[in-house]
Amino acid sequence: MIWNEEFETLPREALEALQLKRLKNLVERVTTAVPYYRKKMDEAGVRPADIKSLADLRKLPFTTKEDLRLNYPFGLFAVPFEKVVRIHASSGTTGKPTVVGYTKTDIESWAELMARTLAAGGAHKGDVVHNAYGYGLFTGGLGAHYGAEKLGAAVIPISGGNSKRQIMIMQDFGSTVLLCTPSYALNLADVMKEMQVDPKTLKLRVGLFGAEPWSENMRQEIEARLNIKALDIFGLSEVMGPGVASECIEEQHGLHIFEDFFIPEIIDPETGEPVPHGEEGELVFTTLTKEAFPVIRYRTKDISRLITEPCSCGRTFYRMQRITGRTDDMLIIRGVNVFPSQIEHVLMSIEGVEPHYQIIVDRQASLDVMEVQVEVSEQIFSDEIKVLEKLGKMIEREIKDLLGVSCKVKLVEPKTIQRSEGKAKRVIDNRKL
Amino acid sequence: MKVEQISIFLENKSGRLAEVAGVLATAGINIRALSLADTTDFGILRLIVNDTEKAQQVLKESGFTVGKTEVIGVEVADKPGGLAAILNVMKENNINVEYMYAFVQKSAGNAIIIFRFDELEKAIDVLQKSGIRIMRGEDIYAL
Repeated sequence: MIWNEEFETLPREALEALQLKRLKNLVERVTTAVPYYRKKMDEAGVRPADIKSLADLRKLPFTTKEDLRLNYPFGLFAVPFEKVVRIHASSGTTGKPTVVGYTKTDIESWAELMARTLAAGGAHKGDVVHNAYGYGLFTGGLGAHYGAEKLGAAVIPISGGNSKRQIMIMQDFGSTVLLCTPSYALNLADVMKEMQVDPKTLKLRVGLFGAEPWSENMRQEIEARLNIKALDIFGLSEVMGPGVASECIEEQHGLHIFEDFFIPEIIDPETGEPVPHGEEGELVFTTLTKEAFPVIRYRTKDISRLITEPCSCGRTFYRMQRITGRTDDMLIIRGVNVFPSQIEHVLMSIEGVEPHYQIIVDRQASLDVMEVQVEVSEQIFSDEIKVLEKLGKMIEREIKDLLGVSCKVKLVEPKTIQRSEGKAKRVIDNRKL
Repeated sequence: MKVEQISIFLENKSGRLAEVAGVLATAGINIRALSLADTTDFGILRLIVNDTEKAQQVLKESGFTVGKTEVIGVEVADKPGGLAAILNVMKENNINVEYMYAFVQKSAGNAIIIFRFDELEKAIDVLQKSGIRIMRGEDIYAL
């Protein structure tokens, strides 16, 4: 089903005209309201009046996570603060998170986008939406929540965790639509098996899964084990949150980008130049309508490609292929973005701990587990077990506090962490997606 | 009054203990007493050897994390109640045992207990006042 027939099926020409109009307005707004953007535009020698066609977008400078970090927390907000009604945050690359804000209109747009996403998955009024995305600073929970309400569905704001209770509620409340990370969906399937609950006896029909990379294999596994259709959805807090792009139930092939709200580009991450049509590269987004926290050419560091062929569902929006990788070393652990530099930040702040560490990620019982191996230097070594165990627990706690995701710290002998070409290999990801 | 003990951090991987023993054997170092404390992930090997400095040096050179701690060696009669007598004194004086290990001396018929207390100086004082014999480091290294 198409939620907004008028916009989602706009002929390309009309869509591009709308994009241009909104782009001009965006550049005008941002240069007036945000000194940092004005300075970057000046340095790039470009003025709002230079944007005459969509191709002129390329004249504008990129925005990176570093820009966001430099303007922590509210430096890139483009409206007076009293217009901001919501603040969310995601992982930063160091000790501070990346902060985003929304006006009332932004929240309404976001609800519209998530209503479209849910509708693309076949959800409708009368459905029971089981929203197991985390509620809180993370955009997943509340973003999906507002969209489900706008759609007219009944939302169960169950958030993440406590799988047995989730399954009981699915049975008793008759959940029809499941929203969570794909790995959590598999974990629910595991727990159902343990509880001897046959998914066929549930009313679940479809699941919209996002916030972490997954594969076609995982899709098949989820569909078979939960007896549902599984769809990929995409979003990131810097651009909006969930609701940037989503698959349609008709094709389940590529995620339609809501292009009346966002302009996607695929660039060569090395040169910043656009890649040839249909080729893989780094995904870049410009937000056309956002008021509180607009971004111009935000580099996601996610790798994808654009599919421009028409889709049988009738939407005219281009599709992005599911994310195939990253251009940086960011990890996604249970839906939470984790940068190795954050772990380093924690270790460096503990006296005596050397910044020699390795992160080992694995998937056990469908859930991501992260082990951080820390070398025991003479400075932190003790002849007493309890002192070392206390240190390990303390590092675990500090990491959990900063990242919001738990890990296991393993103390290892010095020089056991591989050092290759003078630079250590920080991450070993053993997950098979 | 105090005995020097070296401790070595060991990951729980096969062959690590053998490696420590091999390094010490090559350097001609004799182990006097040892204990191994272990958790699921790692262990701490504590040793009293005839040449602490040298043992520490060769182990470090082999890439081990090595620490040095002062402990106390107490000689007790190898008969029932020997350990209880010492521990009672410690309890009365609120001194805690962090860890301990013991070995029996073959010639003298006495047992030697190595203690790591939370308050080392106070423990020495209390033991002496209670007439319990504390061994000199040299005597233990030379056993």
